[in-house]
Amino acid sequence: MQGVFFLAACASVLAVALICIFLFANGIPAMSEIGIFDFLLGEEWRPSNNIYGILPMIMGSIYVTAGAIVIGVPIGIFTSVFMAHYCPKKIYPFLKSATELLAGIPSVVYGFFGLVVIVPMIRNYTAAQGIGGNGQTMLTASIILGIMILPTIIGVTESAMRSVPDQYYEGSLALGATKERTIFRIVIPAAKSGVIAGIVLGIGRAIGETMAVIMVAGNQPRMPQGILEGVRTMTTNIVMEMGYAADLHREALIATAVVLFVFILIINACVSLLNRRSEND
Amino acid sequence: MTKGRKIESIILRVLIYAAAAVTFAVLLFLLAYILINGVPNLKPSLFSLEYNTENASLMPALINTVIMTLLSLVIAIPFGIFSAIFLVEYAKKGNRFVGIIRLTTETLQGIPSIVYGLFGMLFFVTALGWGYSILAGAFTMSIMILPLIMRTTEEALKAVPDTYREGSFGLGAGKLRTIFRIVLPAAVPGIMAGVILAIGRIMGETAALMYTAGTVPDIAATPMSSGRTLAVHMYNLSSEGLYMDQAYATAVILLVVVVAMNALSAFAARKLTKGTR
Repeated sequence: MQGVFFLAACASVLAVALICIFLFANGIPAMSEIGIFDFLLGEEWRPSNNIYGILPMIMGSIYVTAGAIVIGVPIGIFTSVFMAHYCPKKIYPFLKSATELLAGIPSVVYGFFGLVVIVPMIRNYTAAQGIGGNGQTMLTASIILGIMILPTIIGVTESAMRSVPDQYYEGSLALGATKERTIFRIVIPAAKSGVIAGIVLGIGRAIGETMAVIMVAGNQPRMPQGILEGVRTMTTNIVMEMGYAADLHREALIATAVVLFVFILIINACVSLLNRRSEND
Repeated sequence: MTKGRKIESIILRVLIYAAAAVTFAVLLFLLAYILINGVPNLKPSLFSLEYNTENASLMPALINTVIMTLLSLVIAIPFGIFSAIFLVEYAKKGNRFVGIIRLTTETLQGIPSIVYGLFGMLFFVTALGWGYSILAGAFTMSIMILPLIMRTTEEALKAVPDTYREGSFGLGAGKLRTIFRIVLPAAVPGIMAGVILAIGRIMGETAALMYTAGTVPDIAATPMSSGRTLAVHMYNLSSEGLYMDQAYATAVILLVVVVAMNALSAFAARKLTKGTR
């Protein structure tokens, strides 16, 4: 019977192996056919002319994720300080389950919310500025992603702060530091690895998010023009065109997924490195 | 205390409260906005068994979602629980294979749903020749929720006190009997919490299902036929832009299900902590 349990445990190893094999086997040949530099650094994506450069999408993913970090990280860290040190005990369980609910809302619902609420807001703003546009911009996508990564950052940062020994906190207070100074000068630096792991996990979520972005980002396949212009990410590139793509076009989309997958593997490696470090602390 | 430090403290405190207010206000606003605009659109016609251009009924998608969820769970739960039993009850400390399993489950957890979708399309739909089908979607989803079920089961098994196991061994029960009669039943609430979270993820998933289960808006007659789930249905409605009212109504149903699943999962988890103390 131990063998059965062992075989079941092999399932996840097998799954990762299959995912790697199928993605790389289908994506790498396209990369070499297009030319690895033309593919990764090409600034034009025109499948009808057999031009497949995904630099616009790579930059799009990076910009949108950076925007999400700028919006989500400060709010997330300050909120986790609130949860760990300021929240009254009576309402804590409600707020804790509220952050879990934030994590559970499907991405398509976030996308829809962005489409019906934030897109019109941005559209009104750009119209008032005389720029025009339909409101589907890099900024819109960043705002939605910033909201979506909040629960990840809050959860990880809060538990990292809670694992800092109480003596640190009390010692600092006893030396006359204010509560705020203690938290930002003593507790957060002590919880640094955990806080950074939370941010990196947030980056992973933002860069891999698809449906919420596709509904609000505009999806124009060109180099990012500015935060009030539309943008296309690697994930949305796949969903937009997979439905009708064939031959090299189809393989180029799979190769896009390979690039995305490599990004995610690097981010995963960073997270497990950080986790190991915070365990050793 | 110098004046500068005092101002610094006040500014930080304001920022802390403001950030918390923003976080919870966004959640409340999102829930309220979808409910207020969506509930009036929940008309009986949306629950008719047939989807056509005059009536974008969500009932077929709802039924497909239930089938998809059950199938994925049937596939993923045995693998998840058995793997966790191996990790907690059988594997020796410092076993290298355990390290590999940990690494792969962590990797699985980080993979974006669109990559799962593409893999499902390449492997189940094309290589195995299943075509766009509920079955291909369910297998894809089961890989996606496997790490979640493994992790929660593992934690639940670890939370069962060793005295339970020792007592069972002391009474002469074998290892297998101890696991299935003593340890697993004690861990059920924790496992349930994980399974319920997994249900929430399956119901809300879109990107992994578009190119595996397909987007046919009818009830899937067999596991080999294509069918869209509720989340895919909602994406298609809002991207077509013709049925926004129905999209709002679908969003309400998705939200209600997710809120209910979260509450249930928290309830099950609370029961676990009470049971072991």
